[in-house]
Amino acid sequence: MAGGTSLNIVKLEGVEKHFGAVRALDGVDFSIDQGECVGLVGHNGAGKSTLMNVLAGTLAPGAGRLVINGEEQRDYSPTRAKALGVRCVFQELSLCPNLTVAENARVFHAALTGLNWRKKAGRLILDKLDEIFPGHGVNPGDLIQDLSIGRRQMIEVARAFTATDEPVRLVILDEPTSSLDAHTAGQLLSFVRRVVAEGVSCVLISHLLGEILGNSDRIVVMRDGKAVASGQAKAFDREKLMAAMGGAEERKKKAAAASLAAARRGETPVCVRARPAGQKSEAQVVARQGEIIGLAGLAGHGQTDLLLDIFAAASRKQPGVEVTAPVALVAGDRQSDGVFPQWSILENIGVRSLRNLRDGLLISRRREEKLAEFWRDKIGIRTPDLSNNILSLSGGNQQKALFARALGSDARIILMDDPMRGVDVGTKLEVYDLIREEARAGRTFLWYTTETEELQNCDHVYIFRNGAIVADLARDALSEEKVIESSFEAG
Amino acid sequence: MTASALAARAAAPDVRRFKIRRILRALLPAFSLALVIAAIAYLNPRAISYFGFNLMLNLAIPIALATIAQMFVIAGNDLDLSIGSFVGFVGCVAATWLRDQPLIGGLTLVGCVLAYAALGALVYLRNLPSIVVTLGMSFVWQGLAILLLPKPGGRAPDWLLSFMSFKPPLVPFPIVAAILIALVAHIGLMRSSYGAILRGSGGNAAAISRAGWSLFKAKVVLFGLTGFFGVLSGLALIGITTSADANIGNGYTLLSIAGVILGGGEFVGGRVSPIGAVIGALTLAMAASPLLTFMRIPPDWQVAANGAILIIVLAARVLISQRGAER
Repeated sequence: MAGGTSLNIVKLEGVEKHFGAVRALDGVDFSIDQGECVGLVGHNGAGKSTLMNVLAGTLAPGAGRLVINGEEQRDYSPTRAKALGVRCVFQELSLCPNLTVAENARVFHAALTGLNWRKKAGRLILDKLDEIFPGHGVNPGDLIQDLSIGRRQMIEVARAFTATDEPVRLVILDEPTSSLDAHTAGQLLSFVRRVVAEGVSCVLISHLLGEILGNSDRIVVMRDGKAVASGQAKAFDREKLMAAMGGAEERKKKAAAASLAAARRGETPVCVRARPAGQKSEAQVVARQGEIIGLAGLAGHGQTDLLLDIFAAASRKQPGVEVTAPVALVAGDRQSDGVFPQWSILENIGVRSLRNLRDGLLISRRREEKLAEFWRDKIGIRTPDLSNNILSLSGGNQQKALFARALGSDARIILMDDPMRGVDVGTKLEVYDLIREEARAGRTFLWYTTETEELQNCDHVYIFRNGAIVADLARDALSEEKVIESSFEAG
Repeated sequence: MTASALAARAAAPDVRRFKIRRILRALLPAFSLALVIAAIAYLNPRAISYFGFNLMLNLAIPIALATIAQMFVIAGNDLDLSIGSFVGFVGCVAATWLRDQPLIGGLTLVGCVLAYAALGALVYLRNLPSIVVTLGMSFVWQGLAILLLPKPGGRAPDWLLSFMSFKPPLVPFPIVAAILIALVAHIGLMRSSYGAILRGSGGNAAAISRAGWSLFKAKVVLFGLTGFFGVLSGLALIGITTSADANIGNGYTLLSIAGVILGGGEFVGGRVSPIGAVIGALTLAMAASPLLTFMRIPPDWQVAANGAILIIVLAARVLISQRGAER
């Protein structure tokens, strides 16, 4: 914006960050100049949030150079970031719900001390709120827990722009409008344009492509942990962005399988009929026996909620959900929802089938072993001894044990809540084969996945946005561009 | 997570209604205290006098101090199961070393506070559950107390005895002390600028550390304050009872937790109220024996009756919260 001699604020060179086998950042080059608004887009898991955490100092990069204001940063931390004027508005809010608005401003500014700190902090945040969101209706003495999510987001954004003894040079906004209505979102974006004109830099992360195209000077597209495209915002349009995000290369079409699936649809009985709670239209998810149904869209747009509704409907009637057979759920978050960390592999596999493993009143150890051994051989769980603790397995093998738990049970419908997160490719391919085999044998799968590639295994795909179904694609109509388009529309 | 976010969005942002609910909740501890006092006044009008309050609230001072001690760890989402035996140990130190060798006794008490701070460091650095650590420590304190004072006895230092039997004009000493304790803790935790950080560490630790504050320091300070107020509680207790016993503080662990909760605090989320906690402690102290004695409830049943009072007050609190959540 400031012409050819603009100052560089941040420069990243070859930054990498790995979480186990997952390469969240795989050699990213990225730079921001003074007075520039950079739009950052990419599909789920492209590495946007990791990149932002590296800039905020909350994650240390595994490799690469980080240069801020022309100085290479070695001991980079949140404190250092703030001293250099780098601020972040995180997607999951970082306000303390038990504190007031003014106290949360104080948390952000170490300089707000002294006898009347409360008044100073209140004034500071209120002035900024007035400037960005006139008519916001927030008092400095309000407790955050009493405010709506939209107001919390307004406070969070305003707080990032307040300055005491430390300058504001770069503000990174991660989905800043996700909880704002159109009016306040407009207020925010025009404020962003104003401060950028005054020389502050911004990074704008949003899945609303219209917002990115309309407010950025430059756009960077991330994919698979790399910055794959970068250029002036004027050079992009919606189609170009989508192509860059999703990869334009044509995927192999399994035409034969698709037509077979299409022909079969309608022949077998319906097992599940479910309408998302947030659905206003008549659209609903329909799964027939032996089908693999994909639930797609951006993360957290109601897919998991629907799976949990279906799961609940199997034991007790739920409005809008119909289920005709026993259900099992394969959890996505292994550590919190999946494994029993104190139990052996054996017990972890058997827990869903206890009724069938009973011998009189007690659990038959022999039957439990037989069940576990059968599935160990079938899925290939790599362990010397099934009575070892479940945590002795690698992540991928733990996930296999969870699949064995579901598939070894009497359930005819298997719900999968993004089960392949952080699983290596080899394991994935084995599990895909297993799922297809079980589906041919008559089991029904509902599969929520954030990896668009996995949808190739599905017979039918529903795409979710904001808690509702927005697209309903048969196998042969499915393409990555379609999925992204439906996930991002209405920007 | 998503569900609660959706619920929060769905509920109209009616801040005023939340405020009324919050004020109601904040007044609940005071209301329950007033109820207990009214009941005592009805049963035995003579108890409502300078002398009567002195007698009834005598043991409320150490309970209030122990409750404030407990409140600091609860503010950081922890729980201290050792505060009772710690108070007992401090009492034993006060009744022996502090009288005979004031320097050693004083240093021991300072060491106790530091030991608490170190426990905070341990809990934070090793990411241990505080319940387990403090449960273990409760046996350590108890053992040390028994080593120091195998059978009941000892005598409090004279300065402590005269301090605790101080008789101010007009207002009974326990009430003056309670107001003072509540004010100091309120200013320290609720009004000071670092107090906001301490409470924030219980509300959203990630936010505090993203803003560049040390969670380690916050934890150490919270535990250190617990140790400090625990020492004060032990001293106050011995100043009243004049001699000590290794088991003298054992009931304080549950009393202090109940006091914090009764006073409007919550186990998680950094939601505590020092003034409420002191009022909660006073309520418990009065409901514990004076009220029940006046009601002619035999001592055998008093503990159960005490529990019943706690359940009633907590149920009232839940009712108020639920009504606020309904649309």
